[in-house]
Amino acid sequence: MAFYVVQFLTGLASAASLFLVASGLSIIFGVTRIVNFAHGAFYMIGAYIAFTLTEWLSGAFGFWGAIVIAALAVALIGVLVEMVLLRRIYHAPELFQLLATFGLTLMVEDLVVLVWGPDDLVGRRAPGFRGAIDFFGQNIPSYDLFLIVLGPVVLGILWLLFQRTRWGVLVRAATQDRDMVAALGVNQKWLFTSVFAVGVFLAALGGALQIPRDAVHHAMDLRIIVEVFVVVVIGGLGSIVGAFVAAVLVSELNAFGILIFPKISIILVFLVMAVVLIVRPWGLFGKPEAPARKTPGLTVNPWRPLTSNERLAALAALVIAATLPLFAGNYALTVGSEIAIFVIFAVSLHFLMAVGGLASFGHAAYFGLGAYGVAFLAKMAGLPMIVCLLLGPLLGCMGAAVFGFFAVQLSGVYFAMLTLAFAQIVWSIAFQWVSVTGGDNGILGVWPSSWAASPSHFYWLALGVAALVTIALRAMVFSPFGYALRATRDSLLRSEAVGINAKRIQWTAFVIAGTTAGIGGALFAYLKGSVFPDNLGISLSVDALVMVLLGGVETVSGAVIGAIVYKALNIWLVSQTDLSKLVLGGFIVLIVVGFPKGIVGMLETLAQRRRKTSPPGSPLLVKPIESAE
Amino acid sequence: MKLTVEGLNSHYGPAHILFDIGFEVGEGEVVALLGRNGAGKSTTFRSIVGLVAQRSGRIMFEGKDVSVRPTHEIVREGLGYVPEERRIFTDLTVEENLEVGRQPKRPNAPSWTRDKLFTLFPNLGEMKNRPGGRMSGGEQQMLTIARTLMGNPSLVLLDEPSEGLSPKIVEQMVDAILTMKKEGVSIVVSEQNLHFARLISDRAYIIERGRICFGGTMAELDARPDIRDAHLSL
Repeated sequence: MAFYVVQFLTGLASAASLFLVASGLSIIFGVTRIVNFAHGAFYMIGAYIAFTLTEWLSGAFGFWGAIVIAALAVALIGVLVEMVLLRRIYHAPELFQLLATFGLTLMVEDLVVLVWGPDDLVGRRAPGFRGAIDFFGQNIPSYDLFLIVLGPVVLGILWLLFQRTRWGVLVRAATQDRDMVAALGVNQKWLFTSVFAVGVFLAALGGALQIPRDAVHHAMDLRIIVEVFVVVVIGGLGSIVGAFVAAVLVSELNAFGILIFPKISIILVFLVMAVVLIVRPWGLFGKPEAPARKTPGLTVNPWRPLTSNERLAALAALVIAATLPLFAGNYALTVGSEIAIFVIFAVSLHFLMAVGGLASFGHAAYFGLGAYGVAFLAKMAGLPMIVCLLLGPLLGCMGAAVFGFFAVQLSGVYFAMLTLAFAQIVWSIAFQWVSVTGGDNGILGVWPSSWAASPSHFYWLALGVAALVTIALRAMVFSPFGYALRATRDSLLRSEAVGINAKRIQWTAFVIAGTTAGIGGALFAYLKGSVFPDNLGISLSVDALVMVLLGGVETVSGAVIGAIVYKALNIWLVSQTDLSKLVLGGFIVLIVVGFPKGIVGMLETLAQRRRKTSPPGSPLLVKPIESAE
Repeated sequence: MKLTVEGLNSHYGPAHILFDIGFEVGEGEVVALLGRNGAGKSTTFRSIVGLVAQRSGRIMFEGKDVSVRPTHEIVREGLGYVPEERRIFTDLTVEENLEVGRQPKRPNAPSWTRDKLFTLFPNLGEMKNRPGGRMSGGEQQMLTIARTLMGNPSLVLLDEPSEGLSPKIVEQMVDAILTMKKEGVSIVVSEQNLHFARLISDRAYIIERGRICFGGTMAELDARPDIRDAHLSL
């Protein structure tokens, strides 16, 4: 019995930091409507700075002072980020905001390694809370008890701040109607900045308070951000009480899940999240968001089938690509195969994002599931390559069917967060369930049959599949199913009013996109000869998003071109620098701020400008995305 | 002149909504902006306070050009705005709603306090701690006006204050607007309801399809039944 009590208390102590970070994310989202992906990065910087300061400053005063100074310093960094970056993208689509803050996260990951090195850092114990308290033979660290008390205290302070101060009243008002607050004479800019500072302060404090419990390392940002996303999805985005309750719930589920499913404890959290989403899609304490009414003119350009000239051009490009083995060496062919595979991946995400309006932040899950599907079939069942290629993607299909069912119940940022959480869960299973997946060591020796073994044959195979997939998905855009899907994207309510079963259509699209990604993953397993948990990791999901955005969301060719340019750039970059994340992150931020319409979108705009020599500055030609500051 | 609008053009995306809108409001005057649904009344107000991003033209308020200033600065100059849809903060109590609107006193404008507003709108005083979401439409309309008055404006843009209200509440609204006028607040009120406008206004402009097509005193408008019947549905 005592053991369970101790386990419960450990869960409560873990909840404190999780609550701090999640409440910060919630507050920021409430007012600015930005889901701050970089929140995990701020948490991590908070821990690193606190570590350094506690090494410098001595004594009890030094330790606690260091914690607070670290959080304040990070809040200051947050203010800078808000003023320099976020102010430019408040009016951009939420996907761009998520991506920009993700780019920031990537940069921070490399920067902390540059400053603090790649090794885990073990911090000082908290003065006054060094020992442990004996509880019927079980030890409870006294620092845990401090954290257990701290959580409710912070909740109380936040409550007072929001209920009893003018600032709190303004923040709550802005959470509901930002424009009206401005129309009453309140300077939104500073309100946003101050809210962001408070939110980042909470994240950094959460990180700083972790140092006596856990080693500081450069991957702690992603781990916390996934848990935080789960917490706010369960608790309801924008609710501080919800963040508290859900943080306790998730921490307890983790604490006891280890006892029930030692290998795959995250399953329990997933199950609870699924139940909550079915019963209350907007979270336990959240409020249902009114379906977004789009401003006229904000919808993407209407699509049209290719003209015969464009068809010829696409065919010509394909033929030229097919001649690559005639003059290129084996390395170039391997790179070419990889690019073709990523074209499949990017096109599948583009279908979900641009045609379906569902921006998934965890699309790699289905890519990786396809790869694992092939690996299981080839290694365990010993099936031939052609059978594996046909059946392997079914694992991606099944994953998409299960997760997609829950994901399409939500939309917008909730959808993005949920798909990310799902992908991370699949990753955790692949990583933790060593007996089946090989864990970190992956599954090796997945080699193609002899007919596809030579680089040129494999390249033709990958290219052929990529071409077929692209054509099939594009044809689907102009099928009755495609019309229905685009209708749900443009207006969920109106599409339902004309008799479309919107959720079902979106679910189908999710499964199609997931299966297609699985096809890419299946080929990828054979290309690399192995499968690793990274094949379903967050960074791969984001790679896909960047490919689509880089090329341009509004056209299918954008996804293809984005995949080619990005993958080639990525392969080149990794061979050139150790700081690829820093460069890549900076690149993502630059795209979002500078070229929100991507390469193809930019080319089209240029072409349009040349065609219509219209009067300059005519507001009729200002595209909505450009006017997004 | 208190407020002068010249050559105001506004767009929503590709749609051109307002065409060279121009009108004037004198010190302490109540001016009605009359027009049918969709004529451009609300867009005119939203453009004046800077809530429409794509706008051009000159807006002079108390001799200062405010046409390129951000919304909160325009409002802080003393130009209050009461939106059509009321836009009460439903999660906030009556007192908290008023708090959001609070701004420092202004030398050239009457100043309002909570208590003064509770005498002007007695209903509000009886529900100080009620969340805005649990108030009737009429009470919300009073709250939205009171909230703007907390900013001590010298001029108020009132967007369709009588819309959807019961006759009894409309009477109270007329009294409240006349009190505001007596205190020295200049008012521009947009209306579809000519009877209501006649009770409070000194002058009127008629807006139709984004263009001003008449301007004059109420007596001049009465002398032109043709204009009235062409542009206003009675």
